[in-house]
Amino acid sequence: MNAHARPADPRKLIKGATGDWEVVIGMEIHAQVSSNAKLFSGASTAFGGPPNDHVSLVDAAMPGMLPVINKECVAQAVRTGLGLKAQINLRSVFDRKNYFYPDLPQGYQISQYKSPIVGEGEVIVDLSDSETITVGIERLHLEQDAGKSIHDLSPSLSFVDLNRSGVALMEIVSRPDLRSADEARAYVTKLRSILRYLGTCDGDMEKGNLRADVNVSVRKPGEPLGTRCEIKNVNSIRFIGQAVEVEARRQIEILEDGGSIDQETRLFDPNKGETRSMRSKEEAHDYRYFPDPDLLPLVLEPGFVTELEGELPELPDAKKARFIADYGLTPYDASILVAEKETADYFEEAVKAGGVSRNAKLVANWVMGDVAAYANTAGVSISRTPVSAAQVGALVDLISDGTISGKIAKDLLVIVLAESYAGDLRALVEERGLKQVTDTGAIEKVVDEIIAANPDKVAQVLAKPTMLGWFVGQVMKASGGKANPQAVNDILKQKLGV
Amino acid sequence: MSVDLGTVRRVAHLARLAVSEEELPALQGELNAILAFVEQLSAIDVSSIEPMTSVVPLTLPLREDEVTDGHYPDKVLANAPEAESGFFTVPKVVE
Repeated sequence: MNAHARPADPRKLIKGATGDWEVVIGMEIHAQVSSNAKLFSGASTAFGGPPNDHVSLVDAAMPGMLPVINKECVAQAVRTGLGLKAQINLRSVFDRKNYFYPDLPQGYQISQYKSPIVGEGEVIVDLSDSETITVGIERLHLEQDAGKSIHDLSPSLSFVDLNRSGVALMEIVSRPDLRSADEARAYVTKLRSILRYLGTCDGDMEKGNLRADVNVSVRKPGEPLGTRCEIKNVNSIRFIGQAVEVEARRQIEILEDGGSIDQETRLFDPNKGETRSMRSKEEAHDYRYFPDPDLLPLVLEPGFVTELEGELPELPDAKKARFIADYGLTPYDASILVAEKETADYFEEAVKAGGVSRNAKLVANWVMGDVAAYANTAGVSISRTPVSAAQVGALVDLISDGTISGKIAKDLLVIVLAESYAGDLRALVEERGLKQVTDTGAIEKVVDEIIAANPDKVAQVLAKPTMLGWFVGQVMKASGGKANPQAVNDILKQKLGV
Repeated sequence: MSVDLGTVRRVAHLARLAVSEEELPALQGELNAILAFVEQLSAIDVSSIEPMTSVVPLTLPLREDEVTDGHYPDKVLANAPEAESGFFTVPKVVE
């Protein structure tokens, strides 16, 4: 029985003609191990390259070639297992999974079947400030990637490139603990973040380095699990959500029409927004696994695992808890900042820059607000924007000590970004004359002028105090935005008597 | 344990062996003879013995993560019946 079972959540049910349906999702994630060489050969794992260049005779399955396992790939699987709070199996076995396909020259994939290197673990997924789910991990095993078939280079031939053949993959199998497309997306996002923190997979979905097989079934709430369909090789987080939605809808329609679901493998077509059957894979499901006679059991020394455990970086959950405790951030803000390690590091650097302690909440707002918006538009990570973490810290200091207003800070940031200004912000404020006017005498002079020039508005504001905003706007405009807004407000109220 | 004709047909197909209907009964007889021979092993009680996957008392040797091989596509393709522009080519297989 599933430890993470929860009652159906009415908000997540899908409306059908015969009532509400619950969708149940489990996932198999294939994550390419970050390593220099392949799992069982000394060929490079580098992406791209001329066809069949990153291929050894082992990867091409030439007769007599024998696999020798890469120690780093084993270490990466163990690190990932530790990051998923999972059981590490000190003894695991490699098996042959037999099937025929042109991009699988061995005629079998070396995988792990009965004795995987990593057993049960879990991933904690934050859905909102108030909702967190725990997704069970059933297992993680090491296996070889296949080559690549290209079908559009010739009308009658498929072209086969074995550059990926033999690259190490981690297959991470979740329990069927997900109950909506949103949860499925959030789970993959979180898992990807953990892998990237660990440095065990770069999570690059565009290059196919992280892809998902999504198992979807539907049921009436409280009923046993329905028959599932497996949607193969979905390669973006957005598509995972779409695939779940259209597949659940398809199954509900069939069941409501009195039909039944065939357990099968399907493909998601993002252009048509539908899933369709992959008939050719059906009979191939008889994989006739058996232990690979070319490989001895993989036995790990307990010390090897302990050493890796001692070297693990701070992971997103721990970092988030620390950000909440140390910086007083809300759980939601903290989870956004820790999603990418680079962003979290940038934020911390901005908070601590120059050895000054500053308001972390303000820093977080600038990082997640204007800086993130710019990074998003420019298509770069936050740490690669022209504004440095130290400059964000300086910006917050300038606001905090009253040198500039929040409004001017925005303008200042625009200048820094547009001109890739790398210098001291305080000097820039001086140089461009952006300093906030706090001299009450100067502000009073402007206020007096505006009151004198607008007797009709003065009459109005006495009857309707909300009109004060109009005066504030006029004074700010006359001061070029540099007057301290609070001072303007106070002086206006005093002079107008409202 | 014995296999029926349908199982022989399916196993042959999974192994991509072209076996005609006429050959099936003879293969079924041979396979069943092999299975019966191996079945003698079930007379031995092995419940307290760990399955042996190798006859050598060694564990898996590990290799360092260094690129030491590859960069010879011509050698990789040397025995290919058909190749084009550095790729193996095969009759079209499309999902």
